[in-house]
Amino acid sequence: MEVIAKGAEANLYLEDGVVIKERIRKEYRIPEIDRVLRTTRTKREAKLLSLARRAGVPTPVVLDVDTERKSITMSYIEGEKLKYMVEKLGEGELRELFRRVGSLAARLHRSNIIHGDLTTSNMILSGGRVFFIDFGLGEVNPSLEAKGTDLLVFVKAVRSTHFTREKEILEAFFSGYLEEYPEGEAVVERMRKIERRGRYVSVR
Amino acid sequence: MLCLGIEGTAEKLGVGIVSAEGEILANEGRPMPLREGIHPREAAQHHAQNIKALIERALSRAGVSMEEVDLIAFSRGPGLGPCLRVVAVAARTLALKYGIPVLGVNHCVAHIEIGRLTTGAEDPLTVYASGGNTQVTAYVEKRYRVFGETLDIALGNCIDQFARELKLGAPGGPIVERLAVGGSYVELPYVVKGMDLSYSGLLTAAVRQAKRASIEDVCFSLQETAFAMLVEVAERALAHTEKEEVLIAGGVVVNNRLQEMLRSMCEEHGAAFHAPPKEVLGDNGAMIAWLGVLSYLSGARQSIEETRVVQRWRTDEVEVLWR
Repeated sequence: MEVIAKGAEANLYLEDGVVIKERIRKEYRIPEIDRVLRTTRTKREAKLLSLARRAGVPTPVVLDVDTERKSITMSYIEGEKLKYMVEKLGEGELRELFRRVGSLAARLHRSNIIHGDLTTSNMILSGGRVFFIDFGLGEVNPSLEAKGTDLLVFVKAVRSTHFTREKEILEAFFSGYLEEYPEGEAVVERMRKIERRGRYVSVR
Repeated sequence: MLCLGIEGTAEKLGVGIVSAEGEILANEGRPMPLREGIHPREAAQHHAQNIKALIERALSRAGVSMEEVDLIAFSRGPGLGPCLRVVAVAARTLALKYGIPVLGVNHCVAHIEIGRLTTGAEDPLTVYASGGNTQVTAYVEKRYRVFGETLDIALGNCIDQFARELKLGAPGGPIVERLAVGGSYVELPYVVKGMDLSYSGLLTAAVRQAKRASIEDVCFSLQETAFAMLVEVAERALAHTEKEEVLIAGGVVVNNRLQEMLRSMCEEHGAAFHAPPKEVLGDNGAMIAWLGVLSYLSGARQSIEETRVVQRWRTDEVEVLWR
């Protein structure tokens, strides 16, 4: 079995054209916490990958879930992570791409799906389509608070990682988001409120 | 060149003297005796009453006189307004009286820089946890960018408030650490959002659990949960930024269990773990003096008018001129 990636919480193996994502045990946390986190995240991720696809968001197809091994077997998405594309794109292409990302995030939220870790590391461009992956921190939750936090995670990730292109990315993202989900205005409003609650946030 | 730095963003007052070569000649501190939480005005009074004596103590420890000091630095923010203003007034007064420059510097950045100075870490991911701050930062293009942070209260605040609610005493950190020994796990909410975390729900749940479970069990579980959340966020940020070192900073990381967990995470990822000496982990004057040196030598200058305090001042707003 070939290890194709070693992430923070999981190892990814490629075997016969499918990916096995195995959440590995962490020595730093006690077994009680470790077991619960790995089990619930594995189950949740498998469920949300399917729900997201039904909501119109491209995701890998789940083939098997092993709650003993804490692993998910899913189809392999060949493509490039958006994280590595940002620097290479011209302004027009970049805006077009993140408009689509915004619209996909809106589809999730319209169906009350919270991704939980919306970053450009968890989005893959493949065959002209943007796939969302890594739903392990996600949940189904209709509340404005959950959706607003989901957006804030994305905004902050863009701010820390893509600071040179923050403005273009976020403008395009929110225009795509609101176009697909006009009621999302209230979510954006809540996101700003959540951010102001944080420590030492200067008013932007 | 010698810089005298004054720290006083919260309840602890500190005065340090550091040379341009990074030698710490003095690092004197005086925490305010706490019965409960920090009252900003009382803390400011404490600083005002003790600052003169503490400056004299630092000078005598360093074996220098005020005339030999070339630069005054002070913690300009972020922090509690009344405390910041007392420190700023003291710093400006010294600068004007002795005709030397004064620089207001960022408290959070100072924690990172004193850690780099004392451990030799070059380009670390910094895990900074204190009573008022919880953030995971890394240097990228002239800034310490915030990759993860608390969305509500700080880790230290969560533990201190828990101890206060249960009338365990203050400061809560060491008390909870002691009680946690030998406890067993009871379930508490674990809340990580991407690379950010949230401690307010955990605090509420821990206080509620304490009515049912034993205090030792709740202290143990509170520590295990709160620390695992922070270590996981640090782990995610480490994978994301691809840094090869982890530096710790802040009063909370004095906790042995937290250090052990962070060290274990670093081992798993092949990252070097850097823990500065205890005297410079919590709030202290030497870190302010050292950041003063770095800023001044890289060309930073402030007129008296420009030394106004900034209560809300994000780590990533500071341009890092010295790297």
